[in-house]
Amino acid sequence: MIDLSCSFGKLTFKNPIVMASGTFGFGQEYGAIYDINRLGGISGKGLTLQPKAGNEGIRVFETPSGLLNSVGLENPGVEAFLRDECPRWEQMELVRIVNLGGNTVQDYVEGAELIEADAKRRQLAGKPAVDMIELNISCPNVKAGGMAYGIQTETAREVVRKVRAATTLPLVIKLSPNAEDIVSMAVMCEQEGADGVSLVNTFSAMKIDIYKRRSVFNNLYAGLSGPAIKPIALRMVHQVSQAVSIPVMGMGGICSATDIIEFIMAGATVTQVGTYNFMNLRAGEDLLGQLEQFMISEKISCLDEIRGIL
Amino acid sequence: MTEVISNIEVSPGVFRLAVAGQFAGRMGQFYMIRAWDNYPLLSRPLSIFDITPERIEFLYLVVGEGTALLSRLKKGDKLTLEGPMGNGFTAPEGKTAFIGGGIGIAPFYYALRQVPAAEVYLGFSREPYMVEEFREAASGQVHVNVGGVILDDVDFDAYDTIIACGPHPMLHAVQRKQQASSGRAKVYVSLENRMACGIGACLVCSVKCKDKRKKACTDGPVFPAEEVVFE
Repeated sequence: MIDLSCSFGKLTFKNPIVMASGTFGFGQEYGAIYDINRLGGISGKGLTLQPKAGNEGIRVFETPSGLLNSVGLENPGVEAFLRDECPRWEQMELVRIVNLGGNTVQDYVEGAELIEADAKRRQLAGKPAVDMIELNISCPNVKAGGMAYGIQTETAREVVRKVRAATTLPLVIKLSPNAEDIVSMAVMCEQEGADGVSLVNTFSAMKIDIYKRRSVFNNLYAGLSGPAIKPIALRMVHQVSQAVSIPVMGMGGICSATDIIEFIMAGATVTQVGTYNFMNLRAGEDLLGQLEQFMISEKISCLDEIRGIL
Repeated sequence: MTEVISNIEVSPGVFRLAVAGQFAGRMGQFYMIRAWDNYPLLSRPLSIFDITPERIEFLYLVVGEGTALLSRLKKGDKLTLEGPMGNGFTAPEGKTAFIGGGIGIAPFYYALRQVPAAEVYLGFSREPYMVEEFREAASGQVHVNVGGVILDDVDFDAYDTIIACGPHPMLHAVQRKQQASSGRAKVYVSLENRMACGIGACLVCSVKCKDKRKKACTDGPVFPAEEVVFE
C-alpha cells in the first residue's frame, strides 16, 4: 500500500503534486480535461488587490529547455476572485491556495484582509474555499524604484510581517531565486511566523531580438522557468530545507515523477508543477501515475522514507 | 498519439500534413500539435486545413524550430494533437468573402468546403500555393494576387460577411478598410498569437481588445475586426 500523502503544517496534501501559480488558471480549464481533485493542491493565478491588465507585447518566448514569460500578473483582482471563482473552489477537494501579490505593502495587506474576511464568513457557513495563502514577493515595489520585494531580506520582512498579522490562514511565502540571499530570506519567513516557503519563482532573464535590436519583451526582462532552471532550483530547495524547520514546497522545471522525487530528497515536503502543464495538458494525472509506479518499483511505501535524505 | 499519413512540401517552406484518425473541428478552429517529447517545450497551434472522416490536415509554414521539426515528419511518425480549440468562424450570413494572406489561407479551405459559394481572395508575396485545390472546392470566384496587396482587390461593400486571416499588418489594414466602408459587411479577423497552453489558462496569447484583454486561444482566434486594438 502506497501512501503519497504529505503533512504540511496543519494541512494534509493527498500527494505532493501541486499546480503552480500562473500555469493553471483557477483550475477550471484543466478540470475540463482531467479530474484535478486527484491532485495534492492548486495555487491559483496570482492575484492583486486591483485587477491588472498585464503586459503589452510578446508575453512568452521559448529558450533551450526553458520558457521566458512576461505576462505581468494579468488577473481579475482579489474581489472578483472571491466572488466569481470561490463558488467553484468550495467544491474542489484538494488544497486550495490563493497566490497574492502587490506593488505596495498596503496592497498586500488589504488583499490578505479581504481573503481573510471571506474565509471567516465561509468558515461560519461551512463552505471554505481557500486553505492557504501563497505570498508572491517577486512583485516590483513601486516605492523602491521597482525592485522586487523578494530581493532584499529586510524589505521582504515588512511585507511578510504585516501579511502574517492580517491573516490566520496558513501562509506560505513564495521565494524569488533572484534574492540576494535566499537562505536568509527563508529564515526571515520562519522568524516572522510563516507556515512554509515555496521556491523557486522564475529567474530574471533576457532575450534580445537582434534584427529589431531590442528586447523581445516590452519589460526588458522576463521570468525564466522550465527544465533549464531545475538544477539550480533543486540546489536552492536543498539549502533552504537545511536552514529552516517550516515545510518547503519545491519547484522549478519539474517534468517527471523522478524530478518530484529529487525535490523531495532535497527536502521539499510537496512540489509544484508549472511549465510542464503547458507541455502536457494532462501533466497532473500523468505525474501521479508515474509517481505511483516509481514508489512500487522502488519499494517505497511513504515519501517520509526519502524526504530530505541528502 | 496518432500517426502521420503524409507531409508534403507544396511550395518552398510550406507543408501539407495529413494525420490519421477521426477528428472533430469547426471551420476556423485549431489544434495544438507536438511531434516531440519535451523539447521544444511548447506545442504548436495550427489551424484546421481540412477534415475528412479518416484524417485531419494542416497547412503550415516553416518559421522556427517547432515547424522545422514538423517539416521532417514522415509517414508513420507519431504525434500528439490536442483540440479542437478556439471559437472558429461563425456561420457566415449572406454574400461572403474569405481573405487569406500567405499561410493565412490555411483555415479557408475547410471553410470553403462548407461554404462553397463564398468568394475567396488569396494573397501571396511570392510563389502561390494550393490555388488549384481552392478552385476545385469553390463554386464562386477565387481571386489570386501575387506580389501585390490582396486587400486592394476586395470591395468591402459588396459582401455581408468577410473573414480575414494573415499577418498582423494585413489584419490591421482589414480593420482600416472596414472603417472606411459603408458598414454593410460583418468583418472578422483570425489572429495568430504565440500560445502556451491553448486552453485559456496561461494568458500569454492575450489580445488587446477595445473593452478588455481577451485570449486568442479561447475567446478567439476569430474576433470581430472592430474589437481588436492593433499596434
